[in-house]
Amino acid sequence: MAGAQDQMDASGRLDLTRSARSPFRNVFGIIMTVLTAGFTILTIVPLVAIVYDVARQGLSRLSLDSFTQLPPPPGLEEGGFGNAIVGSLIVLGIAAAISVPIGVLASVYLSEFGRGTKIAYGVKFATNVLAGVPAILCGLFAYSLVVVFTGGFSAFAGGVALSVVMLPIVVRATEEGLLLVPQEVRQAAIGLGATRFQTVMRVVIPAALPSIATAVTLAVARAGGEAAPLLFTALNNNFWSTDLWQPIATLPVLIYFYAIIPFKAQQEIAWAAALVLLAIILIVSISSRLLTRQKIY
Amino acid sequence: MRSATGESPRQERSLEKQVNTTTVLDRLFYWLTVAFAIAVVAILLWIGFQIGSTALPAIRTYGIQFLTTTTWDPVRNIYGALPQIYGTLVTSAIALIIAVPVGVGVAVFLSENFLPNQIRTPIALAIELIAAIPSVVIGLWGIYILIPFLLPFYRFLYENFSWIPLFSTPPRGNSLLTLGIVLAVMILPTIIAISRGSLVALPRDLRQGAMAMGATRWETIIRVLIPAAFSGIVGSIMLALGRAMGETMAAAMLVGNSNQITPSLIAPGATIASLIASQFGEAGRSQVAALLYSGLILLILTFIVNVLAEIIIQKFQNVE
Repeated sequence: MAGAQDQMDASGRLDLTRSARSPFRNVFGIIMTVLTAGFTILTIVPLVAIVYDVARQGLSRLSLDSFTQLPPPPGLEEGGFGNAIVGSLIVLGIAAAISVPIGVLASVYLSEFGRGTKIAYGVKFATNVLAGVPAILCGLFAYSLVVVFTGGFSAFAGGVALSVVMLPIVVRATEEGLLLVPQEVRQAAIGLGATRFQTVMRVVIPAALPSIATAVTLAVARAGGEAAPLLFTALNNNFWSTDLWQPIATLPVLIYFYAIIPFKAQQEIAWAAALVLLAIILIVSISSRLLTRQKIY
Repeated sequence: MRSATGESPRQERSLEKQVNTTTVLDRLFYWLTVAFAIAVVAILLWIGFQIGSTALPAIRTYGIQFLTTTTWDPVRNIYGALPQIYGTLVTSAIALIIAVPVGVGVAVFLSENFLPNQIRTPIALAIELIAAIPSVVIGLWGIYILIPFLLPFYRFLYENFSWIPLFSTPPRGNSLLTLGIVLAVMILPTIIAISRGSLVALPRDLRQGAMAMGATRWETIIRVLIPAAFSGIVGSIMLALGRAMGETMAAAMLVGNSNQITPSLIAPGATIASLIASQFGEAGRSQVAALLYSGLILLILTFIVNVLAEIIIQKFQNVE
């Protein structure tokens, strides 16, 4: 910072017409602004590039057959990934059935009963650490738990793996939703003589239902894009299957297997499947973020 | 609950009965939520225990040597994971070197009022969406779009700078550098979101004080705001590091899955996660145990990083 000295004129009076800022300080500011603005544009570029390339490559192959047909065997051209869409829905359904009850009740404890307690602190800590556990390790967990125990790869094992991925997302987002319900509403319910159970079930949860639904949808969208936990739990299946105890095809795993094999037709199917998956996930993510902006009370 | 009023005994009893069921239900519900909350903690511990106990045969057989040897030979059942540990650390380091300056810069840019709110919010949303893209889609994009785009640069580096060990091998698209670049893109949203949050949450007095002392906007940012939000920024970097180390699909599709240690960044390599993803399918019994052992190492690495990140971020929140 420039000293007051150099702003004194000969007679010792302060010259207020000269700026205290040296040109270097201004230039430094401008350079930093331009640099960080450039970084911001640079950060958006991959998103735009990925969405554009996936749309371009995927649209050329996408047709009604993509949703209704089985994938072609190597060498053949015609086909789709209908079985993988059904498979993804089944595995995600199992995952949601496991993780949503646990996650919602755990977050009810965090926001309604345990606020400020040591247990709640520990549970929140564990939730955050669980969110950081790599998805592939959730797969190893489900493998050593379900696949080893039941003796084979199965849709159920895939569901267990994805439920571990979903659980911390459900807990955190549901808790946020419950915390948005104003304290006065709870006090009013208690004041009318409701028990905690009645307050939670008939007042708090109905009020927070839209945000709980958003939380669950977000968690499903996130888990729906995961391939790593399914590689050695649900594995893959080239045919239609709805059997919970058999290997099952899912969109992300299909994309992975078809991306790394040297057949043009399969690679095109991988692009089309990637387009479907990306479109669903982006639409869900954008709409859920717009929805959570709305107030609930 | 005793009623003190003089109502008839019959009515009083039925009321008491009703109150009892309600209280019991209330108690049950309370303990149910406690149980499920603790279940979240239990699941975290269970993951460690389950992976650890399944890996136990491999830990007994290969011991600490597993961490220091470089052979991965399913035929002779000799396993060492040093190249994968090296690859995990190198690719994460490349990702951090790129993503930290960019991410903190973007966080600063979006926390200041350079842009009107109507433009800033969509940009923040777009950055969040990067985190939502499935990593297998990023991997697919990496194989067919990004690698052909990067290869000419790698060739240039090799032809002109091959005297630097970092670029000393013939360029390959599937390489440590490619994965590092992709990981940087994938962890940027984490760094930006949390760093920006901690910058925005700073008390206004700090900024006003610095401005009153005659600091310019950028002097305020660098000397006052960033130091004040430092723990939040460090926490975000640690979380991002954990994410980079555990990223699987992009790694398996882009790193080349080659079991070697080389100083060259444009040579193929492997990470722990890519090893598990690419080998598990064909693995026999003892190789599965070895893979679970490497999974345990990854779990311990990410666990340490995530716990540190949480502690740092919690501390920051308490100060605030």
